[in-house]
Amino acid sequence: MELTTLWFIIIAVLWTGYLVLEGFDFGVGILLPILAKEKDPEIRDKERRVVINSIGPVWDGNEVWLLTAGGATFAAFPEWYATLFSGFYLPLLLILVALIVRGVCFEYRGKISDPGWARWCDRGIVFGSWLPSILWGVAFANLVRGVDLDAAHNYVGGFWALLNPFALLGGVVTLALFVSHGAVFLALKTRGTIHERALRLARPLSVVTLVVAGAWALWAQLAYSRNDWTWAAVVVAALALLALVAAVWVDREGWAFVTSAVTIVAAVVLIFGAMYPNVMPATDPANSLTVDNASSTHYTLVIMTWVAVVLTPLVLLYQGWTYWVFRKRLTAEAIPDPIGLSLRAPRDDADDATDRAAASGTR
Amino acid sequence: MDPSDVLALARWQFAITTVYHFIFVPLTIGLAPLVAIMQTAWVVTGKEHWLKLTKFFGKLFLINFALGVVTGIVQEFQFGMTWAQYSRFVGDVFGAPLAMEALAAFFVESTFLGLWIFGWDKLNKKLHLAMIWLVAIAVNLSAFFILAANSWMQHPVGVTYNAEAGRAEMNSIADVLTNSTLWAAFPHTVTAAFLTASTFVCAIAAWWMVRLVRRGRPGDVDTARVVYRPAIRLGCLVMLIAGVGVFLTGDQQGKLMFQQQPMKMASAEGLCHTETNAAFSILTIGNLQNNCEDTTRVISIPGVTSFLATGTFGQEITGITELQQQYTERYGDTTADGTPVDYRPNLALTYWSFRLMIGWALFSIILCFYAWWVTRKDKVNGSRWLSRAALWALPAPFLACSFGWIFTETGRQPWVVAPNPSGLDDVRMLTERGVSDIAPGLVLTSMIVFTLLYGGLAVVWYRLMHRYVVEGVPDEVHDDSPEARSEDDADRPLSFAY
Ligand code: HDD
Ligand code: HEM
Ligand code: HEM
Repeated sequence: MELTTLWFIIIAVLWTGYLVLEGFDFGVGILLPILAKEKDPEIRDKERRVVINSIGPVWDGNEVWLLTAGGATFAAFPEWYATLFSGFYLPLLLILVALIVRGVCFEYRGKISDPGWARWCDRGIVFGSWLPSILWGVAFANLVRGVDLDAAHNYVGGFWALLNPFALLGGVVTLALFVSHGAVFLALKTRGTIHERALRLARPLSVVTLVVAGAWALWAQLAYSRNDWTWAAVVVAALALLALVAAVWVDREGWAFVTSAVTIVAAVVLIFGAMYPNVMPATDPANSLTVDNASSTHYTLVIMTWVAVVLTPLVLLYQGWTYWVFRKRLTAEAIPDPIGLSLRAPRDDADDATDRAAASGTR
Repeated sequence: MDPSDVLALARWQFAITTVYHFIFVPLTIGLAPLVAIMQTAWVVTGKEHWLKLTKFFGKLFLINFALGVVTGIVQEFQFGMTWAQYSRFVGDVFGAPLAMEALAAFFVESTFLGLWIFGWDKLNKKLHLAMIWLVAIAVNLSAFFILAANSWMQHPVGVTYNAEAGRAEMNSIADVLTNSTLWAAFPHTVTAAFLTASTFVCAIAAWWMVRLVRRGRPGDVDTARVVYRPAIRLGCLVMLIAGVGVFLTGDQQGKLMFQQQPMKMASAEGLCHTETNAAFSILTIGNLQNNCEDTTRVISIPGVTSFLATGTFGQEITGITELQQQYTERYGDTTADGTPVDYRPNLALTYWSFRLMIGWALFSIILCFYAWWVTRKDKVNGSRWLSRAALWALPAPFLACSFGWIFTETGRQPWVVAPNPSGLDDVRMLTERGVSDIAPGLVLTSMIVFTLLYGGLAVVWYRLMHRYVVEGVPDEVHDDSPEARSEDDADRPLSFAY
């Protein structure tokens, strides 16, 4: 196999890792206020913490798949990296803002024990999970569809052209897919009320996902795929989605998780397979970026192949181990009392006097 | 700033976001190993105060780490967003270290940090300790790879220019990773990071010691002696080593800079004309805005610049004016589209940022000696002068780091890829050629968005750090490790949860 093709596959694998792993993180974030909704504020907070802690130890590691996909694209296909991220400037900006807000809210939520603080952090998590869930679908659908590139490979289509019906439906697909994926993940990772609510919600969700994702996949295959073999991905996705529906109706969350993950894998195969040998098809095919005209030199690809071949399995190994270490299902009872501090430091007189003296130096 | 000038906007945006990222990064790089040392001390000696310190500084570390991570995400994509032409030109060589950083470092630090935070009751003591050491190694590794990329922009090696493709192409990864610039910048940055983190530890512990001694309630002085004093001593020791290291490696960087980017050196010294036995200026005034005509040296020490640049006094150092001439001859006096090129960086900025980098470190040094002296022989101290010195020293190395980078990066201008003076002449790029061909409105939007968002985050970060600092070490700590537990409490709550 040509190294350029191999690298196209490696990039697809990195995106797969990202979308499968952060896919359920996003779903979990979106479901936070939907599943943890008890009236009693204290119980509700416990429930929210069950939801958040289901991904607490792993979400950052999951996000690094995105950074790696970005870095690997830069190294292996600099033209692609440059065109894609300067071209999809605004959507990427929105995604970055969402990821920043979301990450900070995850990390800082428990640092302060205060209902108002927690409420704002929850909002940040929800916002930061919704936006990328939709925008990744919009972005990938546009890639499949082809975009307006000029001869210098700069994107000239403008922002609004990215919001075409096919792309918007793509956004709905990733949204539905991630929320289902997140629901079955939560069902798998928890016991008690959250587990039950997640499973119950997964039933209608999986049906919706089957319909929109199936429709989009057919549309993509019929209208835009450059290869017939991607029919296989469409079929696998459809079967996996059917299996997902079946699994959640019989309460088999383990199988449900496997099938929703397989669906995402099949979706990435479809997206990348539909473009190949382009990495960024243009409306005028003469201007398309292909695995050949966008790639780095053979030498760089050889070096990077060694790096990827040695390190990626290691990453899978230790990330897999993390999931093993934290395999225990969470319940509200297992969540300890909040350890965050009060918003303001409690003051007592002795402290006050010394502090003022130390700060002003007038004693 | 002209709001329709993509170049100016892109430069400001890059400067704002990167300087901001590098507020958190040095603390992370230095504090991860320091926390690991504290935890090691606990595991080895079993003394409780080390566990208290681990938890206390560990929390501060995590608050800081979070912002380092989220601002880092922007960095990964910014080259493509606003510097697309640059990315096309350098991608073949510059992308490799970036991808390696993600694969070899970011995965390790994020994964094992999760295990460290949540794993107190899941992993046995030694294994749990290994987690924070892996994080500490990985953050330093990430510094290595990103500096490999940056050093290549300062001093391109291991590449040839492919005229047909119009880009730099890598022919030796070994050369890129053994770049002399890298092997000066990496130890300098890491020692600077250790200086930053050790000052942080020492200053906070010293402030607390003073506070407790002055408050003087029952037990306070004991806490000061037993808990905070060891942290002060550890901080001082690391500060001393790192301080010497920063100095030596900085000197090394200066010598390389003289060979590789003489214009940066001359500009840092405000050296307008060639001099033998060139003086080190302590204060130069005048219109430094790239105008060498009316500057006056008020205070200077003869010969020192020659010494800094070459290791001997009396060497001839080429001045800015002469260098400008040489560059014009070698690289042309206009860009491809005919605008004249000024090869001089902003004089005032390079001159002052260089001095501020070195100058701010003084505060750390004062704190280092002061705190070491007053805590000798098991003593504690309640002097408010110490408290004040701690508060002054705390931000100083952060500022030094920022100014160091501002110097490095603006002193490289007008180049984004500075030419390697010993050859590879076609591998070079003016900053203005590297910018993306996009609408200025986009960059203006993102710059405003990032500035506002980062500003808000800075407030939150500062308040959280402050809140946790004034809370002090926990009164009680538990050994949550599996081996310290009885068998039958499998259903007890997690030891840590968000
Ligand atoms: C606590 C921070 C700190 C302190 C006290 C110093 N530096 Fe520094 N310096 C940095 C933090 C830093 C930095 C932020 O880490 C930089 C920016 C780029 C780099 O590699 O390190 C830097 C860059 C930098 C450069 C630019 C290299 C280049 O452009 O390629 C030189 C010549 C020096 N330093 C020299 C010194 C000297 C002679 C110091 C004397 C004591 C010194 N630094 C103290
Ligand atoms: C974290 C420490 C760093 C700081 C504080 C910093 C600071 C800056 C500043 C102030 C500028 C604007 C210079 C100007 O336009 O006048 C700049 C530009 C730039 N820097 Fe850095 N930088 C850092 C590290 C890096 C690293 C590690 C890289 C590469 C891997 C890098 C790549 C660039 C690029 C591509 C530009 C844009 C082109 C330019 O304006 O020169 N920087 N940086
Ligand atoms: C000298 C300059 C720099 C150094 C030493 C440095 C080092 C680090 C370190 C140690 C971290 C992890 C710790 C933390 O998050 O606080 C980090 C985070 C990050 N940095 Fe930087 N950085 C520099 C500049 C840059 C630049 C120019 C980029 C752009 C490619 C970048 C990309 C990132 C990313 C993507 C992360 C997040 C990683 C994660 O999620 O774990 N950094 N950086």
